[in-house]
Amino acid sequence: MSLQPASTEIAARTAAVISEMKGLEGPLLPILHGVQEEFGYVPQEALLVIADALNLSRAEVHGVATFYHDYRKQPAGRHVLKLCQAEACQSMGSDAIAAKVKQALGVGFHETAKDNSVTLEPVYCLGLCACAPSAMLDGQVIGRLDDEAIDEIVAEVRR
Amino acid sequence: MSATIYIPGDSGALALGAEKVAKAAAKELAERGIAAKIVRNGSRGAYFLEPMIEVETADGRRAYGPVKAADVKGLFDAGFLTGGQHRLALGDPEDIPFFAKQTRLTFARCGITDPVSLEDYEAHGGLDGLRKAVAMAPLDIVKQVTESGLRGRGGAGFPTGIKWKTVLDTAADRKYIVCNADEGDSATFADRMIMEGDPFVLIEGMTIAGIATGATKGFVYIRSEYPHAVAAMNKAVEVARKAGVLGATVLGSPNAFDIEIRVGAGAYVCGEETSLLNSLEGKRGVVRAKPPLPAIQGLFGKPTVINNVISLASVPIIMDKGAAFYKDFGMGRSRGTIPIQIAGNVKHGGLFEIAFGLSLGEIVDEIGGGTRSGRPVKAVQVGGPLGAYFPRELFDTPFDYEEFAKRDGLIGHAGITVFDDTADMLKMARFAMEFCAIESCGKCTPCRIGSTRGMEVIDRLAAGIEPEKSLALVTDLCNTMKFGSLCALGGFTPYPVMSAITHFPEDFKPAPARVAAE
Repeated sequence: MSLQPASTEIAARTAAVISEMKGLEGPLLPILHGVQEEFGYVPQEALLVIADALNLSRAEVHGVATFYHDYRKQPAGRHVLKLCQAEACQSMGSDAIAAKVKQALGVGFHETAKDNSVTLEPVYCLGLCACAPSAMLDGQVIGRLDDEAIDEIVAEVRR
Repeated sequence: MSATIYIPGDSGALALGAEKVAKAAAKELAERGIAAKIVRNGSRGAYFLEPMIEVETADGRRAYGPVKAADVKGLFDAGFLTGGQHRLALGDPEDIPFFAKQTRLTFARCGITDPVSLEDYEAHGGLDGLRKAVAMAPLDIVKQVTESGLRGRGGAGFPTGIKWKTVLDTAADRKYIVCNADEGDSATFADRMIMEGDPFVLIEGMTIAGIATGATKGFVYIRSEYPHAVAAMNKAVEVARKAGVLGATVLGSPNAFDIEIRVGAGAYVCGEETSLLNSLEGKRGVVRAKPPLPAIQGLFGKPTVINNVISLASVPIIMDKGAAFYKDFGMGRSRGTIPIQIAGNVKHGGLFEIAFGLSLGEIVDEIGGGTRSGRPVKAVQVGGPLGAYFPRELFDTPFDYEEFAKRDGLIGHAGITVFDDTADMLKMARFAMEFCAIESCGKCTPCRIGSTRGMEVIDRLAAGIEPEKSLALVTDLCNTMKFGSLCALGGFTPYPVMSAITHFPEDFKPAPARVAAE
């Protein structure tokens, strides 16, 4: 059994998102954000519906959806952990932090754990550069990461 | 009068546990039956003291920090609501040296007021600039901004007034004000802080820009990594609309202006103004060739002012206090104040707003207090991922657009990352190329391909393969990227790379020699 919704259902739910946003100037990014919020990723089937509604080619919509790092091609794990890897965090040892987290969770960057508990991603700056190294767990910001904080994060995603 | 407790809702403070502190405070208030109001203010910017909570006492505000949730009970026991003594007591926040040394013009209210209370905003001088602007002719507003000497705080340093003049002079049926809030540079968080801590000042600045240029619609393009800033801006826009600050009749004047908040999708290059415009239009965030300038053909082909958050947020005080007042601060052609963001491996990290002219050494050693690790400072990167690495020998450089350019650097968005002596500058140079490769929009060849080739050549350098040839090659490649790229991503990546090579040659010696030297 597939956990992903059937394509007719995707089309209907995508159409609902589109009708909410179609009046905006330059609606494509807000629509893609809306679709990702709806499904947790941007399904291929949705691209066709969006292209039709906005009178664009499917290639154009595909081009936009794949240009931006945020739009997922498949669903993420139950938790999403983003570790900042930009310069300010590097100056405070984010490399070592990332290595520890990868080891503890058994996943690399851009990977989802086999038990679907967590997707690990690098992020280039959360604007928390004066409290580096930093991370974001499901939208929650965490600063001055240390071993204790890593343990808490690991416990949280395993829960 | 019931007491007021200020607990920052700024994401930097949240990252250090402010939410838990707020919950603990609410619990104590309930258990002790004390009627007090908790205000979730922005941060004043001293992240080494966050979460810094404040109370309003008969003698003014008193600060305590850094506070952990476990400290809250003790603070109540010590009578902190009336300024009681406690080991975390910091006294009057205005007297804390980190704040006392600053000149807060743009950030005058940040961390002090309730970010989404328009009454609070007005009680602290908010809307005074806009009130003056609605009574002025557009050209006079543009003149005042031009005369203030304000330059683009996003990094390019282009005079704001001249941009506005071009838009004013270009006839069109529709014009736009676009605020670039895609603050992707590491070490920068000034835009985030102002959006979370004083969103109305940005709304006010954008509205003034609209009246000055004849634009009726504004967009704030905020990066998706800033969910708290997005929430604060959305809330503030809603409040401003209800109060008639935004809408068909701005403050009852014949001017119409409204603002929409848009969220980016994780592309660093969209901080470049033309790719941001493409992104807003719903396209791939690919850079546009200039000309045409966005001021003439910008968003949807219409004349568009595109300014950084801090540029726009500095406009209200210029309109309120006058061009001469603002211009009086600063040095050379860098006028006014600049919010310096001190970050990375630093003891006293945070935002420090001051007139241009402070030396890099004063910023790093005196204000920043040296490294957090306690080791010697090796290098500081000024201006984000596209800025140069400066060694201690250049710490006498004054914080000024031209002075930094003279030393092959840039102040950019005024972020400074401090590194201690464990930093490997070859690794940092490689990272600059890697980052450029990840984030390149792909439109121009020097950036798209040069960044990947740059990584490979630096890897050869690290492996000690033909070191002299590799060094000459990476230098040549940087030259091509610098002069051949369409925008600052490819064009400025050579700054961190070449500055690392020039100032830290020992880190680029072949591997065997590096091992022997250690």
